[in-house]
Amino acid sequence: MSNERRITLEINGAAETTSVPAHRTLLEALRGLGHVDVKCGCEKGDCGACAVLLDGVAVDSCLTLAWQAEGHAITTLAGLGTPERMHPLQQAFADLGAAQCGYCTPGMIIAAESLLRRVPDPSEDEIRVALSGNLCRCTGYTKIFDAVAAAAAVMSGKGDAR
Amino acid sequence: MHSDFDLHLAADLDDALASLAPAAGEAGRPAAMALAGGTNLIVDLRGRRARPRRLVGIGRLEGLRWLRVDAGGIAMGARTTVTDLLESPALAAAAPALHGAARVFAGQMVRNAATVGGNIACGSPAADLVPPLMALDAEVVLEGPAGTRRVALADFYTGYKADVRAAGELITEIRCPPRPAGSANLFYKLARRQGDAITVVGVAVALEAAAGRCRAARIALGAVAPVPLRARAAEALLAGATLDAPAIARAAESAAAAASPIDDIRATAGYRREMVAVLTRRLLTRAWQAIG
Ligand SMILES: Cc1cc2nc3c(=O)[nH]c(=O)nc-3n(C[C@H](O)[C@H](O)[C@H](O)COP(=O)(O)OP(=O)(O)OC[C@H]3O[C@@H](n4cnc5c(N)ncnc54)[C@H](O)[C@@H]3O)c2cc1C
Ligand code: FES
Ligand code: FES
Repeated sequence: MSNERRITLEINGAAETTSVPAHRTLLEALRGLGHVDVKCGCEKGDCGACAVLLDGVAVDSCLTLAWQAEGHAITTLAGLGTPERMHPLQQAFADLGAAQCGYCTPGMIIAAESLLRRVPDPSEDEIRVALSGNLCRCTGYTKIFDAVAAAAAVMSGKGDAR
Repeated sequence: MHSDFDLHLAADLDDALASLAPAAGEAGRPAAMALAGGTNLIVDLRGRRARPRRLVGIGRLEGLRWLRVDAGGIAMGARTTVTDLLESPALAAAAPALHGAARVFAGQMVRNAATVGGNIACGSPAADLVPPLMALDAEVVLEGPAGTRRVALADFYTGYKADVRAAGELITEIRCPPRPAGSANLFYKLARRQGDAITVVGVAVALEAAAGRCRAARIALGAVAPVPLRARAAEALLAGATLDAPAIARAAESAAAAASPIDDIRATAGYRREMVAVLTRRLLTRAWQAIG
């Protein structure tokens, strides 16, 4: 059965074309195109390491088929900021020690960004509920919640990232 | 991963229904399956528990994504997501049972993709939106090759992961009747953790009261039988009664007797049955107090 097709994905503002079969997940397609800032953990929706923004809303790219993402704006961690020009979430995660091995960090920041776009000034409870689909085996989460709160304060002009 | 399938991303409802309709001679392996949020189906393809010939994506059917909470009741399109439920203050006020289930559902990324229709159609006994919707007396609107029909959610499931849908039928809407003044509804999910965990026992209750007596009660149980179910005998004990502690305790025991749980890695059958009684008692007590 020939079910392979050329698709064009809009990734971090740039159009990229690739030929993939119907069963190829967005996670596999993105990493295949070199976007290895999208991490592969469980491939079944449990860990959140593969989170990307689809039209500004965080989804697990391992539960999305690549064909389904055509026509939607995909944003990965690298699309939020660069080491030279960090996004306030990236800056806060670095400053507050919210990353240890760093494997969960891209998904954590994407999930947090999805929250902050809808709720600019979240309570700690809202941060916890928004990150409950992201597993971290290193940090114990406390510093991650602190970093999201600090970034929210910076982004809404209420404080600096310490 | 099961890979031997065609994927068609339907442009609209007619296209989806035409693509899902079984073609002649496609018996045996399920011919076509709808793909909504994919949070169950992609995992099942990966585990080869689902092996369809064709997937029909319904993600572009924006007409199936809406939520209405008003004097006519609560109604929603099948593609309404769990996040859509969570972000509706009107739903939180009218149906704390359903809103509460959305709050304890999975994690953010799954909630952003997971749909109400997919939660009902996946047939899991632990599907968290189903007990609240049953307690709210929901009916499901089905559209398929033979037209449109409505089925009470309480009559939807026919056995473990089996339901009344004919081949090619899509869930398009879910509707709950208006709640009279003097009513309350609540849900509790018991799980190993508060976040992102599979339900060990889920209980939803809805009460309607008038002149100090219970006019109607609905109790729905999740994860304690092959299908989510109503505890009809317990409901009958409450109708017409004043809900004092002994009446509530009798109903709670009756609800526990309606459960037929199993032992698994999350809990034993005995624990589950005991927790049905405890949670039903607590929820009935709180709902009765809320009506005042
Ligand atoms: C990490 C993780 C955590 C989860 N946590 C929870 C949880 O806490 N509580 C819970 O209840 N569930 C949970 N789930 C299960 C799943 O997210 C839900 O059941 C979800 O509602 C399924 O919806 P979907 O749109 O993703 O369905 P899909 O995966 O797209 O489809 C599921 C099934 O429904 C069928 N289907 C979908 N839409 C329709 C329709 N409109 N008409 C007819 N058939 C249809 C499909 O053909 C398929 O058989 C979890 C899943 C994951 C991966
Ligand atoms: S890799 Fe997608 S959620 Fe774990
Ligand atoms: S920092 Fe290592 S998994 Fe989170």
